[in-house]
Amino acid sequence: MNFALTKEQEFVRQMVREFAINEVEPLAAEIDISERFPRETVEKMARYNMMGIPIATKYGGAGGDILSYAIAVEELSKACGTTGVILSAHTSLCIGPLDMFGTEEQKMKYLVPLAKGEKLGAFGLTEPNAGTDASEQQTTAILEGDNYILNGSKIFITNGGEADTYIVAAMTDKSKGTRGISAFIVEKDFEGFSIGKHEDKLGIRASATTELVFTNCIVPKENLLGKEGKGFGIAMKTLDGGRIGIAAQALGIAEGALEAAAKYMKERKQFGKPLSAFQGLQWMMAELDVKVEATKMLVYKAAWNKDNGLPYSVEAARAKLFASETAMEVTTKAVQIFGGYGYTKDYPIERMMRDAKITEIYEGTSQVQKMVIAANLLK
Amino acid sequence: MNIVVCIKQVPDTNEVKIDQVTGTLIREGVPSIMNPDDKNALEEAISLKDNHGAHVTVITMGPPQAEKALREALAMGADEAVLVSDRAFAGSDTLATSHTLVATIKKIGYDVIFAGRQAIDGDTAQVGPEMAELLDIPQITYVENVDIIKGGLKVRRAWEDGYEDMEVNTPVLLTAIKELNEPRYMNIKNIFEMYQNKEVKVWNAEYIGADKEVLGLKGSPTKVKKSMTKEPKGNGELVQLPPKEAAQFVVSKLKEKHFI
Repeated sequence: MNFALTKEQEFVRQMVREFAINEVEPLAAEIDISERFPRETVEKMARYNMMGIPIATKYGGAGGDILSYAIAVEELSKACGTTGVILSAHTSLCIGPLDMFGTEEQKMKYLVPLAKGEKLGAFGLTEPNAGTDASEQQTTAILEGDNYILNGSKIFITNGGEADTYIVAAMTDKSKGTRGISAFIVEKDFEGFSIGKHEDKLGIRASATTELVFTNCIVPKENLLGKEGKGFGIAMKTLDGGRIGIAAQALGIAEGALEAAAKYMKERKQFGKPLSAFQGLQWMMAELDVKVEATKMLVYKAAWNKDNGLPYSVEAARAKLFASETAMEVTTKAVQIFGGYGYTKDYPIERMMRDAKITEIYEGTSQVQKMVIAANLLK
Repeated sequence: MNIVVCIKQVPDTNEVKIDQVTGTLIREGVPSIMNPDDKNALEEAISLKDNHGAHVTVITMGPPQAEKALREALAMGADEAVLVSDRAFAGSDTLATSHTLVATIKKIGYDVIFAGRQAIDGDTAQVGPEMAELLDIPQITYVENVDIIKGGLKVRRAWEDGYEDMEVNTPVLLTAIKELNEPRYMNIKNIFEMYQNKEVKVWNAEYIGADKEVLGLKGSPTKVKKSMTKEPKGNGELVQLPPKEAAQFVVSKLKEKHFI
């Protein structure tokens, strides 16, 4: 057993940490308030080959591993949860399925520019009536000649409107239930594709979250990802990978909040001594520290399993469940430590608390993670 | 064009403390970083390579763990890296260090040598100029801008109250200040590729062929008598006043302390 990161992983952490401190953190408050998508940050990440970390160099990636990618999301999220999820949704949810299920032609056409960061990716599964129960897909795809014609809509799509390439699930045969779902590669300029409502959210406010609308949208049949009817499996496999990214995001948010709280406790004085001298708060911090460290082990283990070709579905579910709940607990208690100041926008801590909440919801709620874990345990 | 960049791995002085008894740096547990001015020197070399084409070799004298600083340089975009490492270099002052680096650089070949102005641990700013003297080539220190011109470089040297534009033929040695540029980050792809296709060469005293008499402690005339940390002065006083009142306030303070 070896808990040491590789030299490459250590350098990735160092690089992304420096990048996050200098390029990401200074924007975090402003883009949260204005809901402005940080396009310039995405361009900078592309310049440093951060947009395709676990993808082979022949497909435009950095030739790295999943654990390095998770570390990158973690370090970005320490500074800004929004920036963390932009990278996570792009890498896990769009690049991920293309890398796993794309044909050579599809990889050359779509994966290469995405992994280079010339294009941004997104993933559309959730619908108004197909949330946790993703099998209730209403969006349809009917093959007509050389094209599929898509009709329906997707909601709560991360990077919606900002992305160039979308992986979209749709029903090709309603009679077959989940076996009638297929996955498609949709370009933002395809006829009949448009962006609908832009959500006004509690947290990760600078991350674009929109509706995708398909009105007789024409998708060439060569843009079918995997085989017809295999879309549900592709989506589930994609989300298994995505959960590692979101768990890493939650880990980063928790670490960011814990660091900020520790710093504040050493500066802030009450009753003539710093907050760090009060045992009640020391113990609170110690408990949070243990949870953050346990989170890190779970997240890295899930990533390590994926890197080593081992099953990672349950590991990713455990990591995401624990990481997101830890992020919520750490940020909530960190606000408490900051007191009245923590409730204001003078400090980043209230933003971290708002950003943390979504990690318990998207890419499978905490309850879905428990379903995955229990199903494995009790099978 | 062959560019050699001399870098040094230093303790991050933001994190470092001094042993009050011995007067030496407490290095245990202090993270090591690439010396900041050296990073500016490296950035300039890599951007000259990007814009005009060049071969950038980065060198350092140090213990085996200094490889990390060289790896960082490779991940930023340097082509080659040489670690000069030998027990014989132990105890080197700036002169012995310069002799070591000069012997190394002669083996590599060069048109332009870049160094940082000074290292944050020793703060001497001597190694760059000493190397130029030993090599008997021109040097320009405190460089804040570099352009390539026919046959050489056009270089702007910073003064405290202005600057000086100079044209110089190669070979030349330049020392960089932080105003020269904004160093890039490591590139993630480079991080993974460099472990596949780039090695850090390790050269010892014998290999660089330097005169043993000028190396290490033996070649170091510098003797440190004592080093100490100045007592902190305590917090300054911050007042915010309109200019006129501020001036009056300053005058009253100076009178109070009998400066005027």
